Amino acid sequence: MKHSTRIVVGPVQFRIGSDWRAPVAALERLYAGYPQDPARAADATVRLFAARPWRRWLRPSVQIGGDFVVPDALPLPLSMGLLAAEMGMNLQVALGWRRHLLLHASAVARDGRSVLMSGVSGSGKSTLAALLGEGDWRLMGDEFTLIDPASGDALAFPRAVSLKNEAIAEMAARVDAARLGPLLAGTPKGDIRHLIPRADAVAAMHEPARPALLLFPRFGGATAIERLGEGEAFVRLTEASTNYTALGEAGFEALTRLVRAVPAFGISYPDSAAGLALVEQLWAEVER
Amino acid sequence: MSAVGTFVDLLVGRRDAAMLTPRDWDGVIGVARAEAMLATLAHRLKGAALPAPVAALFADQRAAAAVATRQALWEAEMARRALASERIEFVLLKGTAYAAAGLSCAEGRQIGDLDILVPVHDIGRAENELLEAGWEWVKSDPYDDAYYREHMHELPPLIHKARDRMIDVHHTILPQTHRTTPDPLALVADAAMTESGFAVLAPADMACHCAAHLLADGDLQGGLRNLWDFHCLTRDFAAADQGFWGRLDARADKHGLRAVVHRAARLARDLYASELPEGWGRSDPRDRWFRRRLLARDDWGRASDFALQQAFYIRSHWLRMPPLLLARHLWTKWRKRAAG
Repeated sequence: MKHSTRIVVGPVQFRIGSDWRAPVAALERLYAGYPQDPARAADATVRLFAARPWRRWLRPSVQIGGDFVVPDALPLPLSMGLLAAEMGMNLQVALGWRRHLLLHASAVARDGRSVLMSGVSGSGKSTLAALLGEGDWRLMGDEFTLIDPASGDALAFPRAVSLKNEAIAEMAARVDAARLGPLLAGTPKGDIRHLIPRADAVAAMHEPARPALLLFPRFGGATAIERLGEGEAFVRLTEASTNYTALGEAGFEALTRLVRAVPAFGISYPDSAAGLALVEQLWAEVER
Repeated sequence: MSAVGTFVDLLVGRRDAAMLTPRDWDGVIGVARAEAMLATLAHRLKGAALPAPVAALFADQRAAAAVATRQALWEAEMARRALASERIEFVLLKGTAYAAAGLSCAEGRQIGDLDILVPVHDIGRAENELLEAGWEWVKSDPYDDAYYREHMHELPPLIHKARDRMIDVHHTILPQTHRTTPDPLALVADAAMTESGFAVLAPADMACHCAAHLLADGDLQGGLRNLWDFHCLTRDFAAADQGFWGRLDARADKHGLRAVVHRAARLARDLYASELPEGWGRSDPRDRWFRRRLLARDDWGRASDFALQQAFYIRSHWLRMPPLLLARHLWTKWRKRAAG
């Protein structure tokens, strides 16, 4: 393709091709601090292309393609090319990755042990992880956490954090502007701005962390903690995994082991400060 | 060399995997994924000297394919149980059949839907039993449903509501409106039993169906995989039975598939270095277009050569539908699209 770049996030080497320079340039800026390994072959391919030849110039719109595609996916305007790239990368991992059990969860780690936070879009899992990652936690990822079936460890997938709507201002107030991507206003997912993880989080992205706490956050409502049984956590995580079925027995064993070994809680919180306090409180309890 | 060319050479063993650059691998992996053959390649290169990340990716693919094969065979078992009470006999087709019979092309082969062949007089009962056992119609459109029932070689696709897997229940192997009409009763009558207790087509019939599926029933999308099936099937059958190629010839004649089977054999020879017996090597200048169509993929895994793709797409409809039916079909589809 006309423009291309290569990005490593956690265990996955991507190659991303594009009909336009802009999305590739934006990616290269966000991922400038990530390690590069030109001698490594790409595990996954993302393609950003014009659905019709004239759409390259005339009201340019980006179709998301790659090894795996979503049929009938709508293209995005070129101004949202970075979001298209992010969606393309997520899609390849969600549908193509088989080495680990993939959980739709954010994660942070401290002293080699991790907190996994699983929830739907809007649950606040990304924001919580981003905020914790600015404190004395290592950000492992805001979207996917990988569980190694052999060891049971969690592996990081620290892509650039996708901040949405209110979370943008909240983070912008705390971090150096150089760590933020361009504001993508009015996308189908609302306003989006990417946050480059701290350098130490990127440097440590290959270090596994043993899961110690499993949280199912829910943003909004009064502060509450609900202990979840193994069965409940298991079922919720099968729904949060894109490759649980495809992994067969290995997926079942990895997930069973996870929910048996790690205490799980549902938490509700009215604002970020309360959410962070709940995470620290539960962490202190499991540490004991 | 193009990535698709390198990919084919690696499959055949014409090229040493150790000589590939990282950028070669990018293209080969992209093409193999696009052709749904990455796990097949992973099996072919098992034990070869590979860069560590490629070896790791290939190990993932082999493990995932083993799980997928097991799930596909379980789906066949589910169909067997659903049809057993009415004593409806069926023959497994395509990927699931290759896996059930333990054939070499099944190694790493992606299996999509469960394809079974049921004698035409049992098709109504088979549908009832499957509906009772939890399968549901996928197509809600009355025109599509009627089209399948009147003109196709299979029931409208059914999907299992709990396991989310599709079954295609065939009563023959090419659409009823196709210019070629194989003999489905002979296919069922001569089916063989696998050790796992499933009926599969006899070797020559299996190769005929494979060739028909590749060349007579579509626009050659995913053709490299189907051709790989044909290459492996004929090689293994010929190794086990000296008279296989003769039997294949006779059987292809019976089904009206002689030209199709011979072309598949020549293409397998050209791309995968299949060894053909005497009398099979007649050259046909039109093969060139088929080779080009099979290899029409760029280094990013994208389908290339748009005009050729379109030509094969039109050809597939021309083969499958008489002109009047085709016209009516396009008219109906166009009106629907205009209305919707």
